[in-house]
Amino acid sequence: MSANTWTIAAARDALRKGEITAVDLTMACLTAMDAGDGLNAFVHKTPEMALEQARAADARLAAGDAPAMCGIPIGMKDLYAVKGVPTQAGSNILKGYRPEYDSTVTSNLTSAGAVLLGKLNMDEFAMGSSNESSCYGPAVNPWKIDDRKLTPGGSSGGSAAAVAADLCLAATGTDTGGSIRQPAAFCGITGIKPTYGRVSRWGIVAYASSLDQAGPMTKSVRDAAIMLGAMAGHDPMDSTSADLPVPDFEAALTGDIRGKQIGIPREYRLDGMPAEIAALWDRGMDMLRDAGAQIVDISLPHTKYALPTYYVIAPAEASSNLARYDGVRYGHRAKLAQGDGITEMYEKTRAEGFGPEVQRRIMAGTYVLSAGFYDAYYNRARRVRSLIKRDFEQAFAAGIDAILAPTTPSSAFGLGEQGGSDPVEMYLNDVFTVTLNLAGLPGVAVPVGLDAKGLPLGLQLIGRPWEEAALLNHAYVLETAAGFVAKPGKWW
Amino acid sequence: MSIDTQTARKVAKLARIRVEDADLPALAEKLSSILGFMEQLNEVDVTGVEPMTSVTPMRLKRRADVVTDGNIQAAVLKNAPDAREGFFAVPKVVE
Repeated sequence: MSANTWTIAAARDALRKGEITAVDLTMACLTAMDAGDGLNAFVHKTPEMALEQARAADARLAAGDAPAMCGIPIGMKDLYAVKGVPTQAGSNILKGYRPEYDSTVTSNLTSAGAVLLGKLNMDEFAMGSSNESSCYGPAVNPWKIDDRKLTPGGSSGGSAAAVAADLCLAATGTDTGGSIRQPAAFCGITGIKPTYGRVSRWGIVAYASSLDQAGPMTKSVRDAAIMLGAMAGHDPMDSTSADLPVPDFEAALTGDIRGKQIGIPREYRLDGMPAEIAALWDRGMDMLRDAGAQIVDISLPHTKYALPTYYVIAPAEASSNLARYDGVRYGHRAKLAQGDGITEMYEKTRAEGFGPEVQRRIMAGTYVLSAGFYDAYYNRARRVRSLIKRDFEQAFAAGIDAILAPTTPSSAFGLGEQGGSDPVEMYLNDVFTVTLNLAGLPGVAVPVGLDAKGLPLGLQLIGRPWEEAALLNHAYVLETAAGFVAKPGKWW
Repeated sequence: MSIDTQTARKVAKLARIRVEDADLPALAEKLSSILGFMEQLNEVDVTGVEPMTSVTPMRLKRRADVVTDGNIQAAVLKNAPDAREGFFAVPKVVE
């Protein structure tokens, strides 16, 4: 098998044994990346930087100073600042922007020796569940069952497509309402959203700051453990970054979950849930039960209010965060007519630079924060958010170790099939994922099987705050029992 | 509550996004749909519940009040659409 198909763990071991060089591994990925243009996953390629980093990694490997990520070629979601490399958050308003600095995650990964192949497609400002709101056009799911092109999910759609198609060994994602876990499920890969505060947000273009969290998207649970370890850690540049030690996540993968209590939230069994999703969930319960865990029925009574809460809070925060795109300091500025003043400059710049979904969310956020509506919408949503978090706290206080749920309400759908007339239709994709962001909890999506059409389906495990290590161990048990090895056939 | 074109125009103005008059009815309709979705929250009894202010209970860290960087004017201005003589340039603001 060509080296671009390897896991991080396999590549790490081969690099350390000298069975391959980081340069050869990087070349294999660069070749796959160039052959993968039909997926529209990589939107800015950095082959020269990658080869330079690979040569440096080979020197570290030769010197015996090689952390786990040393020499591992990865892709970066376009949301992460990488010095000197276009960083547009999938938006025309940041066209031409090349940051003068690295995000903390970028520098954590490159300090660990990772090789950056380029920037990955995404929904504009991470607002979307299908990658269709990108200024680059949609990324395409490598899984294909008929003539249609399918969505890789979103917002981290380019990341999921690139990893599933073996264009890179792993990728970074970000998750505000499900943007790591939903695309991971649609593309048959693993993705973890860590506890809020585990990974620094500094240098990651902000969408909704109280919900955004960065995480890895990988080919296995072990890889997620390895890469999360390299991304995480306290950062004085992010005031919400937690000053806690980063455990050895990989060492926690013992496969022993005997006696653990797995909660099954009854409110997640939605009316009209497809039989295949329900059956997959049941199989997941059997797998964990067979491994010695105890399956417990639980209640999270405010679940149905999570999505409407999210669609108040996230746009409110976005309207504030995206006020900075004004055509003054970076990115696009509209051409002005004779006599246009500064207000016209702002209004024309923002109308030209932001796509329709971003404009809608900024305006919805502006509305709920405006005088007279602040209490009725924004403050009410923040109160309901407290109740959603309390639901989880009560479940964990009753002894639940992890919660098992579906990741998405369906498998991948066709590009152009959802949300055309009503934006809310697209929002419903996040129904199982968004609760965790509101509560700040870690969650991991694991591919478990294929549906009758032959498309991947995933299950999601939700953990206690700061206990990503235990959560990943549960995910490892699920992964081992499910034995998901299917790969998309190459058509691109 | 549904949003009329007048309210849509006002929200667009507050958000500093230019919307042509012809596009206001469609915008009002989509915003109304989003707002209708939000209104499910009116079913929840939130009496006595505090609004969440922090995702995880933590005290903001303090640090010494000292200058930690500076002298990077060129880097700060590098991405500006219009920078002149060490400043960001914008259309005339004061007559």
